[in-house]
Amino acid sequence: MGLQSYLIVSALLFAIGMFGFLARRNAILMLISIELMLNAVNLSLVAFNAYAYYANNDTGAVFALLVMAVAAAEATVGLALVIAIIRTRHTPEVDEYSDLKE
Amino acid sequence: MMVCFGSLAGMYALLGAPIVAAAQVLIYLGAISVLILFAIMLTQAGDANLPSPFHRQAILAALAALVVVGLIGWAVVRTDWGNATVIVSIVVSSLAESLFTVYALPFEILSLLLLAAIIGAIYLARRPEDDEQANS
Repeated sequence: MGLQSYLIVSALLFAIGMFGFLARRNAILMLISIELMLNAVNLSLVAFNAYAYYANNDTGAVFALLVMAVAAAEATVGLALVIAIIRTRHTPEVDEYSDLKE
Repeated sequence: MMVCFGSLAGMYALLGAPIVAAAQVLIYLGAISVLILFAIMLTQAGDANLPSPFHRQAILAALAALVVVGLIGWAVVRTDWGNATVIVSIVVSSLAESLFTVYALPFEILSLLLLAAIIGAIYLARRPEDDEQANS
């Protein structure tokens, strides 16, 4: 137990989020995967902070809080965009959003 | 998803950062989960004609994710982290002090970003007929 286990959990979370973002077809589930990746980064920041790898004692926690607020803003705008797109296209599938290609 | 966010909050509490755990519960469990639930409720209108929930590049995506976790795990295991055994708890008052002195500029930029996000979300969430009226 220690810093390594937290970092490995964080890497696993990031990989799961990355797989979900790359492989899912539903736009909302892709947004959830982005949240998962941001959470993984937050976990590693807080873990580094807890084991005193920063000069300032609170750097990791401050960064984690800032990342959380950015994630909230991103989720808000992303979900509003997705709902607006779904309202016009009537599907959450990202494969169907091919207007620019045609 | 909500279980995952909640257990992350538990991990922050274990890591001696109860204020981050509280923020995690408030923001993720309270706000973002409800937002995503509303979005799912608004969009899943019963037409479940999905052939598969995954792209056809799902195998490639799994491969990429495995490569990433392998690289990070290798780096984590191979690095000498010193004697990192003591967990340093966060004192909330000193955290607030550094947040408002050293990191005051990111804090203000963040408030501006949140304002822009709110305005953008309101603009995007308007009804389409309002847009047509505004355009004509």
